[in-house]
Amino acid sequence: MSAFRRHLTGTAVLALAAACTRAPAPEGTPAPATPIQVVVDTPRAPAFDRTKPPTLAPLGQLTLPPVTRRELDNGLELLVVEHHELPVVDMILVVKTGGEGDPAAKPGVATLTASMLDEGAGRRTALDIADQEAFLGVQVGSGSGWDQSMVTLHAPVAVLDSAMALFADVALRPTFPTADLERLRKERLTELLQLKDRAPQIADRAYAAILYGERHPYGRPLTGTEASTRAITRADVRRFYQTYFRPNNATLIVVGDVTDADVEQRARALFGTWERGTIPATQVTEPPAALATAIYLIDKPGAPQSSVRIGSIGVPRSTEDYFSILVMNTILGGAFTSRLNNNLRETHGYTYGAGSGFSMRRAAGPFTARAEVVGAKSDSSLIEFMKELNAIREAVPDAELEKAKRYLQLQLPGEFETTGDIASQLVPVVVHGLPLDYYNSYVQRIESVTVADVQRVAQRYIDPSKFAVVVVGDRKAIEAGLRALNLGELSVRDITGQPVRR
Amino acid sequence: MKHTVFIAAGCFLITTVAAGQGIPPLTHERYTLDNGLTVILHEDHSTPIVAVNVWYRVGSGDEQPGRTGFAHLFEHVMFMGSEHVPVGAFDQWLEAAGANNNGSTNRDRTNYFEWMPANALSLALWLEADRMGWLLPTMDQAKLDVQRDVVKNERRQSYDNVPYGRAFETILAAVYPPGHPYSWPTIGSMTDLSAASLEDVKGFFRTYYAPNNATLAIAGDFNRDSVKVWVQRYFAEIPRGPVMPPRPTVGEVTIPKDTFLVMEDKVQLPRLYYSWPSAKAFHADDASLDLLSYVLAGDKNSRLYKRLVYEMQVAQDVSAFQISGRLDGMFGVVVTPKPGQSPTRMAQLVNEEIRKLSEGGISPRELARAQNTYRAQFLDQLASVNGKADQLNFYDYFSGTPDYVQQDAARYAAVTAADVQRVARDYLGKPKVVLTVVPEGKVDLMVKELGNVRIP
Repeated sequence: MSAFRRHLTGTAVLALAAACTRAPAPEGTPAPATPIQVVVDTPRAPAFDRTKPPTLAPLGQLTLPPVTRRELDNGLELLVVEHHELPVVDMILVVKTGGEGDPAAKPGVATLTASMLDEGAGRRTALDIADQEAFLGVQVGSGSGWDQSMVTLHAPVAVLDSAMALFADVALRPTFPTADLERLRKERLTELLQLKDRAPQIADRAYAAILYGERHPYGRPLTGTEASTRAITRADVRRFYQTYFRPNNATLIVVGDVTDADVEQRARALFGTWERGTIPATQVTEPPAALATAIYLIDKPGAPQSSVRIGSIGVPRSTEDYFSILVMNTILGGAFTSRLNNNLRETHGYTYGAGSGFSMRRAAGPFTARAEVVGAKSDSSLIEFMKELNAIREAVPDAELEKAKRYLQLQLPGEFETTGDIASQLVPVVVHGLPLDYYNSYVQRIESVTVADVQRVAQRYIDPSKFAVVVVGDRKAIEAGLRALNLGELSVRDITGQPVRR
Repeated sequence: MKHTVFIAAGCFLITTVAAGQGIPPLTHERYTLDNGLTVILHEDHSTPIVAVNVWYRVGSGDEQPGRTGFAHLFEHVMFMGSEHVPVGAFDQWLEAAGANNNGSTNRDRTNYFEWMPANALSLALWLEADRMGWLLPTMDQAKLDVQRDVVKNERRQSYDNVPYGRAFETILAAVYPPGHPYSWPTIGSMTDLSAASLEDVKGFFRTYYAPNNATLAIAGDFNRDSVKVWVQRYFAEIPRGPVMPPRPTVGEVTIPKDTFLVMEDKVQLPRLYYSWPSAKAFHADDASLDLLSYVLAGDKNSRLYKRLVYEMQVAQDVSAFQISGRLDGMFGVVVTPKPGQSPTRMAQLVNEEIRKLSEGGISPRELARAQNTYRAQFLDQLASVNGKADQLNFYDYFSGTPDYVQQDAARYAAVTAADVQRVARDYLGKPKVVLTVVPEGKVDLMVKELGNVRIP
């Protein structure tokens, strides 16, 4: 059994070989570092003073691997990065439509479509696909977010021919067998039943439903409701696939131990006959106006911790305030030493980790401050959350700003280490239409953020008078304390975020 | 050790080439400072980043009953500053240098690691040295108390407030005899965490946190001469520790007869857990048991997944694992029945499949799927400097050879279908612990004697 200092993830089954995750990170990506001018610590410097940390040499300019861009005749964009460290390849086929394209009455179609891709493709059955994957020692994956759907491949180059043939079948020739669809439907319904056991997931779903309401796609669960899961038909899945999985709505990212020319040839052979389509624009309705700050309490009898989600509707990825928000959130709750984590964890010990983030999508996603706090300190935790969410609206000290900027800038080299890392970094570039040299100006744009910028975006996007405060916990133990805070009206909700009828 | 046998047989090279196909060697330099600190350096200039990874040879298996969870609690305290590092500065300085860091504790060891842009290496080394040598001068009750609360919240978040989250605590106490170092979970009990004192912290540090009980691995983009100077400068004056207390040793764990347990939890569905004592890490059967776990539940075509989840659709999920440590191993199968299905039915089906495999063996294709998947994982472990640094320490700990990765991959390549069948019969045919986690008030769903595996 492992236990980690930082957040630990894993189900009970995985608890024996758990993995660690970091303090919550903001969305978006930091960038290449410009040299930071400091004194060089020459290894042979004669006088060594142990009481002072070493000063660091400047980091050389990071050269990001060049990206080659091509477009096939059918409109498929191809991005290739050669990376020859290990004999492996990562591919991501990005389809630029995700859950945002779900029919209003049927949330979950996009994610179900993605899940169905490897349940039958070309002449292969679900079992054939899984057999080939394991036999080749490759990983084929698929999934949908709000803005995009993806099909991924990770493979040793030694088996690239077979691996790409499999990948192309899954991406281009899914058969959506009825029996497999029904199996996945049953699995999803069971997952929805099991959701009742998991307070953090209940909190996430209810928080989105309360902020956006059911008329906005972001208020509906990406993986569907019980009603939509029962209602989705094979025709819905096929229609989603046929409509959005088109070369002129897609980009193939290839990173690894291959040559650009070889990839192009393979892509033409495997994806060149994929037929164009007319892509309907997805319509995202205006989100509802924010209400006065209120507490929404969801009962989880006997829960030793309370799941806290606080915030409001944030910004789209296209916001001109992107970099200022990134820096501001890093200070507030986007790093281990951020104010929220430092206060709620390192000072008070109320939680294993607290953080915040802006989920930036094509339309405005939520801003969320979050933690799992010990039940007995639910009210005290909300006091500290509100303290920090108010304080971030004041001017931040220079040193704190500098630390956040360096952290964002200097992490960049590590974000481009493996083939999988590099491919992942290109996904937001593709989905949000950023320039291919986006990361080259990144450091400079972080650098240009000022104390005034941070304060301006904090005041604009973090408004403690208009928060939804969702708490999932043991109602009989925590309700009185939450009411006594007088943060706003308190209403009791069910696990979907709807009012509980008395 | 297995590779020694290969050398003696004169087929070491052949075996390695066949098995290690595509797995490059982890070239490295290993040396020891006068105070006993082992240093392992691996250069990789492909990206301007570097990883530092320190293993201390102490884990929850070195704890005493009544102080469970202490090794991990101590790990948390290690981040609270040291003589030349004020509280909070450890993380602040690293973040300002673009570095991330973490630590983890398991039954056998505790590790601490940083990964960062190449220019920040000296800072990470200096910080690791300061807490290795100068932790206690500024240690106080407040540092311990706040991290005790954090760790209690870690326990709540990762175990107590998670469905089925306390299952393994129950299983470990049943599989291992009282007092066995693996009989309690690394996170420890709330009572024991409450009992940990400042004196415990000091005693633990003085006993285990010495350079001669640690290995320092550095992987990535660095200049070897500079690094050696830094390591010497920062770490050399830390005094060698006293002789380590002997680490616990244990006898073979056997369960005299099947043990049936039930645990109520706040869950919608019951879940069935089978647990057998198995082979420890790098035991001759360890790799075969890993591959057996894959053949049983590793992918859609695996025996249990295909039958229970894919074809019959009576189970929501199924998993199997071989978890092996320094002292011992455990093999497990876990099944969650679909709504309306009983754990007893799951037990019958699991028994049937284990019996079939034990009697009929596995096909070459099943073996190939498992072996090829494992081989690909060995390659992927070499993708990041963070992974490589930890792996150098891992192999040094278990084999004394930091670049054992090719030999390790060879263990898996050498397993035959007959080996997998044999370990299924030998290990899964023995008595086990059967735990049924049931929704509150549904104790009658517990699996009892009925589910016994009987293998001729």
